[in-house]
Amino acid sequence: MSAPPVLDIRGVTKSFGERQVLRGVSLAVGEHDAVALIGASGSGKSTLLRCADLLEQIDDGDIFLDGEVITDPSVDPVAIRRRLGVVFQAFNLFPHLTVLDNVVLGASRAQGVARREAEERGRELLARFGLGGRERDRPDQLSGGQQQRVAIVRAIASRPRALLLDEVTSALDPELVGEVLSAVRDLKSEGVTMVIATHEMSFAREVADSIAFLHDGAIIEQGPPERILADPRQPPTQRFLRRLLDAGRI
Amino acid sequence: MSETAAIGDRQAARDAAKRHRARRGQLIAAASSVVVLGGLAALILTSPGWPSVRETFFSSSVFSKYFSGILSAFWLDVKIFVVVEVVVLIIGLVLALIRTSRAPALFPLRLLATGWVDVFRGIPVILLIYLIGFGIPALQQPGLPTDPILLGGIALAVSYSAYVAEVYRAGIASVHRGQRDAALAIGLTELQALRHVILPQAIRRVAPPLLNDFVALQKDAALVYILGVLEAFRVAQIASGETFNYTPLVAVALLYLAVTVPLARLVDRLGREREASP
Repeated sequence: MSAPPVLDIRGVTKSFGERQVLRGVSLAVGEHDAVALIGASGSGKSTLLRCADLLEQIDDGDIFLDGEVITDPSVDPVAIRRRLGVVFQAFNLFPHLTVLDNVVLGASRAQGVARREAEERGRELLARFGLGGRERDRPDQLSGGQQQRVAIVRAIASRPRALLLDEVTSALDPELVGEVLSAVRDLKSEGVTMVIATHEMSFAREVADSIAFLHDGAIIEQGPPERILADPRQPPTQRFLRRLLDAGRI
Repeated sequence: MSETAAIGDRQAARDAAKRHRARRGQLIAAASSVVVLGGLAALILTSPGWPSVRETFFSSSVFSKYFSGILSAFWLDVKIFVVVEVVVLIIGLVLALIRTSRAPALFPLRLLATGWVDVFRGIPVILLIYLIGFGIPALQQPGLPTDPILLGGIALAVSYSAYVAEVYRAGIASVHRGQRDAALAIGLTELQALRHVILPQAIRRVAPPLLNDFVALQKDAALVYILGVLEAFRVAQIASGETFNYTPLVAVALLYLAVTVPLARLVDRLGREREASP
């Protein structure tokens, strides 16, 4: 019997008031897999990731983490979030804390790791992502690319089962995108399980094991990157990729 | 070559012009200060009633006779407003946290906290001092406080905690919701997120308005004289009744300025620092 997917999203729906954002999304992410989630702005990518981290309550459907349902009301969301990592589009670093304290806070307060041990691992990770020597800086002393790399380190500091990346380069100046993408590339080569909501098609092609196209609150097409990008079968996917191509974004 | 020389010349000319402008600005500021302040002083000093005003408000003999008594009474004001401020900062925070919480179990508390803020912020402090200071002892219930200093302090704390709660609440609301998301995402509980992420940012932001309320409290602390407390204002009032001279009241005013002005400068500095690093 093979292991269940790390993250298994089944028929999830979510509305904000009258507006239905997710209309039955299903997506499975296996161990060490990276799934790129693509789709137009407003198609529900962020909402899906927020639902998976239990930052939003879903209306219907189920989400499983390592084969265990996490969307049951009896499940403690805090315990689940401790097993997942999220990187936000706008970094959301804690401005009143140093870079190192941003990274250490979760490990020492949420995971109960001894402070010294957490700091040691934090320093090591920061150094690995090119941030050695910036431990005592405040986030606002860093460039956007550096801030997002700190946010990535913060998210992986507690060795999450899966990492959810929500358009992590969309808020960056173009010349800073590369350094953040290469950090994600490193994570992939280490075998971190990831869901990557992104607008960077060439990056999705390079890093992802599969691409899922989210349209109007549902995943209407999923497959290997080469196939989806070269030969999309659904008309909405074709239109979306055509628009990106015309804009010179592929 | 001549081009670089020309650039050097222009640089020198610009510097000279800048210096000239700065010097001219200082001169104008000095001259206008002399004219305005000197004019005001002249107006007051040449008023027909000035000699008697000087005698009634600024008598050095009355001042030296009563100052030490007023100063030691002022120490009571200081003790009152410091203790009350500490209580206010704690109660205000608790009220704000209750009002911003969304837990259904806290609904009755939320109702109470909202009522507290609405009622006590809506009543003038002086009325609260009368109501609490004379009302509670009149109940003649053993165990209830009767000490006028304590009762006055309670009235001040009740009133100012209502203001301070709203200041805290504004601070909490001003922290971007992405901060809460990020705190929860790294596995903190709601309480931990509040304590380690939201409140440190919120309190830093509202430090200037909190200090502002503290300055207001310092001055209102004098109102406990209504309950018969011999604090600085009351002592000065008695002294001026004895001498038919208002100098003791001016002495109290100076003591208040001695504590409120440094605090006001601190508020300014905090505000500037915040502008410098948003």
